[in-house]
Amino acid sequence: MDNHDQLRSDLLSRIADADLGRLEELRVEALGRKGAISEMMRGLGALPGDQRKDAGQALNALKTEIASAIDARHAMLSSAGLEARLATETIDITLPSRPHADGRIHPISQTIDEMVAIFCEMGFRVAEGPHIEDDFHNFTALNIPPEHPARQDHDTFYLTETEDGARPVLRTHTSPVQVRTMQTSEPPIRIVVPGRTFRADHDATHSPMFHQIEGLVVDENTHMGHLKGCLTEFWRAFFGMDDLPVRFRPSFFPFTEPSAEVDIGCSREGGGLKIGGSDWLEILGCGMIHPRVLENCGIDSSRYQGFAFGLGIERAAMLKYGIPDLRTFYESDLRWLKHYGFPALAQPTIAGGLTP
Amino acid sequence: MKFTFSWLKEHLDTDRSVDEIAEKLSLIGLEVDGIEDKAKLLAPFVVGHVTAARQHPNADRLKLCTVDMGSGTFEVVCGAPNARAGIKGVYAPEGSWIPGSDMTLKKSRIRGIESRGMLCSERELLLSEEHDGIIELPDDAVIGAGVAELLGVSDAVIEIGLTPNRPDCAGVRGIARDLAAAGMGALKPLDDSPVPGLFESPVKWRIDLPVETADACPLVVGRYFRGVTNGPSPKWLQDQLTAIGLRPISALVDITNYCTFGLARPLHVFDADKVAGDLVMRMARPGEKILALDGETYELEPDMLAIADANGVQSIAGVMGGESTGCGDDTKNMFLEIALFDPIRTAATGRRLDVMSDARYRFERGVDPTSAMWGAEVAARLILDICGGEASEIAVAGAEPDWARRQPLRKSRITALGGVHLPPGLPAKILADLGFDNEDDGEIIHASIPPWRPDIDGEADLVEEILRIHGYDNIPAVPMDRDMVVPHPALDVAQRRVSRVRRALAANGLIEAVTYSFMSDADANLFGGVPESLRIGNPISADLNVMRPSVLPNLAAAAGRNGARGAGDVALFEIGPQYSDATPDGQSQMAAGLRVGNSIPRHWTGPARPVDAFDAKSDVLVALESAGAPGENLRITRDAPGWYHPGRSGVMWLGKTEIARFGELHPDIAAHYDLRGTAVAFEVFLDVVPPPRAGRGPARPLLKTSPFQPVERDFAFVVDTDVASDAVMRAARGADKTLITGVQLFDIFEGASLGDGKKSLAIAVTLQPTEATLTDAEIDAISDKITAAVTKATGGVLRG
Repeated sequence: MDNHDQLRSDLLSRIADADLGRLEELRVEALGRKGAISEMMRGLGALPGDQRKDAGQALNALKTEIASAIDARHAMLSSAGLEARLATETIDITLPSRPHADGRIHPISQTIDEMVAIFCEMGFRVAEGPHIEDDFHNFTALNIPPEHPARQDHDTFYLTETEDGARPVLRTHTSPVQVRTMQTSEPPIRIVVPGRTFRADHDATHSPMFHQIEGLVVDENTHMGHLKGCLTEFWRAFFGMDDLPVRFRPSFFPFTEPSAEVDIGCSREGGGLKIGGSDWLEILGCGMIHPRVLENCGIDSSRYQGFAFGLGIERAAMLKYGIPDLRTFYESDLRWLKHYGFPALAQPTIAGGLTP
Repeated sequence: MKFTFSWLKEHLDTDRSVDEIAEKLSLIGLEVDGIEDKAKLLAPFVVGHVTAARQHPNADRLKLCTVDMGSGTFEVVCGAPNARAGIKGVYAPEGSWIPGSDMTLKKSRIRGIESRGMLCSERELLLSEEHDGIIELPDDAVIGAGVAELLGVSDAVIEIGLTPNRPDCAGVRGIARDLAAAGMGALKPLDDSPVPGLFESPVKWRIDLPVETADACPLVVGRYFRGVTNGPSPKWLQDQLTAIGLRPISALVDITNYCTFGLARPLHVFDADKVAGDLVMRMARPGEKILALDGETYELEPDMLAIADANGVQSIAGVMGGESTGCGDDTKNMFLEIALFDPIRTAATGRRLDVMSDARYRFERGVDPTSAMWGAEVAARLILDICGGEASEIAVAGAEPDWARRQPLRKSRITALGGVHLPPGLPAKILADLGFDNEDDGEIIHASIPPWRPDIDGEADLVEEILRIHGYDNIPAVPMDRDMVVPHPALDVAQRRVSRVRRALAANGLIEAVTYSFMSDADANLFGGVPESLRIGNPISADLNVMRPSVLPNLAAAAGRNGARGAGDVALFEIGPQYSDATPDGQSQMAAGLRVGNSIPRHWTGPARPVDAFDAKSDVLVALESAGAPGENLRITRDAPGWYHPGRSGVMWLGKTEIARFGELHPDIAAHYDLRGTAVAFEVFLDVVPPPRAGRGPARPLLKTSPFQPVERDFAFVVDTDVASDAVMRAARGADKTLITGVQLFDIFEGASLGDGKKSLAIAVTLQPTEATLTDAEIDAISDKITAAVTKATGGVLRG
């Protein structure tokens, strides 16, 4: 047995010192067909029966022990080798990443998407219409007859007179789409109309082109209480303030009767304008559709009624996102677009939130 | 429309405060634009007595004044020439804010002498532009007392933004009536009882209008006043006018303004001694001119109403009187005009002559038709009180138009339209308070519309009157009815497509711009131009005088501006309209984009890569794919419009429909917009992308996967240089439609070894067996078919 112990400790110490090449030699030397342990196995036959069994078991245990010591050493050496190799493959991980596309969504588009998401929740669908309108759709149908002072107030852009003497206009509001929708569909109607509008006015607070969103509800029951409910909920959702004060004041528009202007609570302390507060900020015009407008559009005003509203998209975006100057919306200054624009995938939804 | 609080109180008996009144005004539809409370502004200023004034030791023009302000005495350095011992002035103590110079007073040293507080000029208190000296108060002013009242500005001035439907509230009395109805007090009676005429007016009115323009002036009333004394009007009247920004002129003129603003009843006064013969209302004659009271000469047109005497036109009716018959301080005999004019004609005349006047403002909104008669009495009373003299009987031409109208109101409509339940008697009471005489039969209120409310038109208008006086705040807000719990999508298929394309292009690295729908015709002409019908008749500038035929010029101009600011690479897109004619069908929804400079910037990973046509092509395909266009059927031709590089651009077609254009911008165009580096562009016609086939639900066709390994084989074909790679790929793809599932072009080579005019295109063809693994023989057979197909289609030969 001394011989046995001697072999064991000798092999184990050589395994512990071996490199990968030497380890393979040791495997052959110890466990190979002509290896030391195999030799000893073969010597077992010479022993008496009872000794043979014990010695055989001991040799098998030794064989297993040596094999696992070699495997362990092999695993250790391989992993160390990999580590050593990996260590040589180090890179400067602080280097800038590969350039990636970095587009933006314009605040006007984003704001329209936000508004549409809210109105969708209240059952509205989106309708659109042409920018170049005729007099009837932009004015007359909306109860603004030719000599009405409101026509002067609209600062209308006119296109070249056509051969039949008509003068197309650039729509001064999104309201012509109300008319087109009422002319072509039966109540109940519940639409919002976002889009470009045009007025011949250009200064710090006016742009010759701007965007409005128009709302129209026509059915048998909708009254001013619904108008108040709809727009109050809308502004609170839009600004994300459940307790935003919203107030309705009587006003005048030719196409609504009764008419109202809506103020939201704001604060002007310290010179800056902040949404929420006890001061008031006028934010939109609305009202119950004038019966004559319904009739002009072929809807029986003795049966149907409803409301309409219109608001400026840029103004809402300016208030919500703190954009100071209207004119900058159309300048396509990359610095502005990157700063005030929105990530491509920040699609506003009720489920995922309206504000990125 | 501006008025003072005290003026309001002439018509409204109220104990409410200015703030309460202002709040209520906004809530009943008379929106307060501003309250100017000078008394509040001037609260820190007091009467100061200059007890001594010495020469400043270090400055010739400055004086050292000792000012007693009651609670103390201070040394003030003052530069006003009228600063002298004995006068009483307006003293601003240290710490007070000087409105005229927008500064807060601090203790200061002026030329070495300490000065505490200051003596103010009118300009410093925003009273006038006067700044030549300090204000001198009356000798009996109490030292230390407030100055607002002494300066005649103790009154708050309220300005309302009057909506065009309320001519009655262009006068203080109309506003008072609304406030009274809204519970803010009681409307005081107006004394319009007749003032007896003592003689027959020597000047008569005549209306000389053809039938077709008879409505230009249905009624005019006149009154002759003899022996009047004109000159400055009394202080109370001057103060009221000054407070609302009018300049007092003379008693007679001030009285007309007082009636204009107080009663919404414009008047005109002629110096009767300057009027030749009678006055006549007639249409102007071509070329007639008048020197008006504003000092301007106006040439009238035949559709304008003129007031003329024997010498010619003396007044532009409803707009402005003439200089030559105007009243002056020496006027002894005066003829008063109280007329009714057609609102539309008055507005048109004023607009064409570009004259805004307080009279026009009221006539174009509609003056109370009964006011011609009562106005002659109210004005006469004021004139006799202030200017003395004697009034004639009234001289009338025309007749009061029939203004009486009745409007029934079903009370149920108040709830149906307004969503509010009112106590049964309240609607009739509100209407009565507003001047609508009415009978309430329980179901229906039969209301008479008062003459000062021409705006009332239909039942809904009466509902509005009741709701606004009752208060919109009192209408309960209720949620919208919803006919389903989960709403339908708000966007239809086409709208969803636009929304997806927008976000896909942004995700592809483009930044969204929104630019004007119009541009200069010079820009438009570079991009195909527009027909005459798309020219704007009244552009705000020559830069914006036609509707755009393409989105690209705006993007190119924006890219140029950004480049000039030093922005290197530009990648912009816009989804918006382009216009081909003025009809609704002439407007197309476009997705257009522009990339300038590098697609991949200079970077440590490799060299910069300038943009090329294939970046634009990628943008097009991203847009079309997100729009749901069937990509496999697209066909490309080379005939892109002239703003593209003729050799580096293409048009994509879906069948016979042009669906997109893309490519390098023409170098001339790029140069025109100062684009530095290569510029590529694309235009996608979103409207023509066909809608998804109807009747197919959301379910996809079943996915069939093959258990057998796909095989990839590479081929290189030598073709003529002008052979389109697409032709080679299509031919290869078509060689076996079931087995070949993919063809990739992975190399293009041109070189001397191939010979002139030749190039090599290397493609990888993917074969996907479905029945069994392909044998070498089968693969060889398909390879031969591919080679044959490419050769047949393009003349290409397999590269050895």
